[in-house]
Amino acid sequence: MPEQGQAESPLGAERSHQTERPHQTERPMIEIRDVTRSYGSFKALDDASLTIKEGEFFSLLGPSGCGKTTLLRMIAGFDNPTSGLISVDGQSMEGIPANRRPTNMVFQSYAIFPHLNVEQNVAYGLKRLKLERSEEKRRVEEALGQVSLTGLGKRLATELSGGQRQRVALARALVMRPKVLLLDEPLSALDKKLREQMQVELRRLQQAVGITFVLVTHDQYEALAMSDRIAVMFGGRIAQVASPKEIYQRPVNRQVADFLGGMNFVKAEIVEESGASLVVDTLGFGRVKTDRPKAFVRNGGAATLGIRPERLRVLWDNATAKFEVAGKVVERHYFGEITHLVVEIPGLEKPLSVTETNDFGADDIPVGTSIRLAYDPEALVAMAD
Amino acid sequence: MTAAAEGPPTLGIIRARRNALLLSEPVQGLALISPTFLYALVLLVLPILVVVAHSFWTQNYLTIDRTFTLENYRAALTEPIYRDLLWRSLYISMMVSFFTVVLAYPIAYFISFHGGRHKSLWLFLITIPFWTSYLLRVMSWKVILGYNGVLNSSLLGLGIIDEPSTALLYNSSAVIITLTHAWAAFAILPIFVSLEKIDRTLIEAAKDLGDGPIRSFLRVTLPLSAPGVISAALIVMIPTVGDYVTPKLVGGKDGVMIANAIQAQFGKASNWPLGAALSVTTMLIVTLMAGATVVIIRTAQRLVR
Repeated sequence: MPEQGQAESPLGAERSHQTERPHQTERPMIEIRDVTRSYGSFKALDDASLTIKEGEFFSLLGPSGCGKTTLLRMIAGFDNPTSGLISVDGQSMEGIPANRRPTNMVFQSYAIFPHLNVEQNVAYGLKRLKLERSEEKRRVEEALGQVSLTGLGKRLATELSGGQRQRVALARALVMRPKVLLLDEPLSALDKKLREQMQVELRRLQQAVGITFVLVTHDQYEALAMSDRIAVMFGGRIAQVASPKEIYQRPVNRQVADFLGGMNFVKAEIVEESGASLVVDTLGFGRVKTDRPKAFVRNGGAATLGIRPERLRVLWDNATAKFEVAGKVVERHYFGEITHLVVEIPGLEKPLSVTETNDFGADDIPVGTSIRLAYDPEALVAMAD
Repeated sequence: MTAAAEGPPTLGIIRARRNALLLSEPVQGLALISPTFLYALVLLVLPILVVVAHSFWTQNYLTIDRTFTLENYRAALTEPIYRDLLWRSLYISMMVSFFTVVLAYPIAYFISFHGGRHKSLWLFLITIPFWTSYLLRVMSWKVILGYNGVLNSSLLGLGIIDEPSTALLYNSSAVIITLTHAWAAFAILPIFVSLEKIDRTLIEAAKDLGDGPIRSFLRVTLPLSAPGVISAALIVMIPTVGDYVTPKLVGGKDGVMIANAIQAQFGKASNWPLGAALSVTTMLIVTLMAGATVVIIRTAQRLVR
């Protein structure tokens, strides 16, 4: 029988998972105030408000058509809000064209000038500043060094690989020393391995230069791996703004939970709602006390609980845990380093997904085996439907 | 069963190889171009060879003396009349291609960048003048530029001039005006195509890096549309050097071009070898000029960077 889950310590005490960041301050760098962008009756962005702090690596995450690119283009100045205000570094951007904004962009297609070589591409924006020749050369070299392209200055844009083009686009924007660097799905055209490598490099680069980065992506792993904070967007609205860990572990609603990765949803009945905590009854997990999510909107007595597949652990042999559920394996999928099990739990309308690393032989559990799963009640999160 | 493969090729294998040869890409490619190639050979290469051959011969009243001579080329290059006509032809064709490209560029730019959903309609409208014959279009310029023409009457009516100007028609300017109008569409199309090919994010990138509209045009749009500008200039320049009808109709005494002289040698003057030498000289000079145009535009493009 499932035991009663009771969370002893509420998740409320936010554990700092971030490393200390030298450049990040609490000073707002970008402020988005009630911004709406309509095309006729269609609202690409619907009353969005957001504050991005100085030195922050901020991601706009969402499926295609959620308005993330529209928002980025409005910060860059390629599009204007139908209503609302955008300010960068305390200065309103209203009526300021793209070429006079303190922002620079890395385009999805990189937009490398095909008639110029790497050096000329990187120096493109500097020409207008009328720097001394040696100073211009020094800055170009510095930018090429930052993206590990030293020595490739004379190459033509057409002679570069996808990864190199992306680095040129980065160097071309960084050399301008913008207050904000905007990145429009910069890694989407690269293959998986290169993409993962670039994620690490981008993150490292951002910490080295200390510029505020705003990244648009539809890849949740990319956003989780690189960002200080993430705004998850759906249908032109911002659903949640929080740190990667909070977004992943405590999504405000099913949509966000689903978009960020696998999630088991369990129907729950609200027993008690008080301040920061919520006590619910579930069929599979019994009575659970969890944090009351900030954006929780009570909809009658029903709520939804979620638990990530990797937060369920298979209990071997006679091992016991304080909190466990019993069930039967109905499907098994092998993914190399992990195995994905589908476990039917009596009383639950949908079987649970469980991911287990393969170091203890989860890949050998035959379908049909009765197993017990351990869980931490803290991993069960309540959310709006 | 390996013996068959090791022995001499059987008939089946030979046939298979022959089929493979017929189906190979180079052979198919040659097959595809051969009708055009033969057509060009018979109607272009052979006549040119005949002309080149004639240019080294001498006209002897009604017969042609087939001994090799460079006398015709000496005449073509040193006689002041031919030299002047050649210079004038080159001058006119250069002016025409310059004005055509300068006038065509904004039109092509407008259609490509602001044509919206109506791009094909705009292109269609540009072809409308071609619905009438070229001769009629030249004649209509006579009506506009003539002594009692539309332009003179308008200027008189507005009180800008006191008596009709004779400076409008029967000179090289009239030839330039008429040819510029006639070739506009041929210049618009290649420029339009090259503008269409420009990735619009490149222009956004230029803006993002601090360029205003004029600078981003000069540094990105213009250099990237240079191939279209070059082909437009050549498409106009090469045929206009040898134009014959337009100077005949609107050029008058001062607008005579080299083609009129060549026509005279093959016609009234009945000196085919000299006409042939003038033709070959013109052809070579046009080739040089076309090459120079490409080099000049490419160099200018590099300097703008």
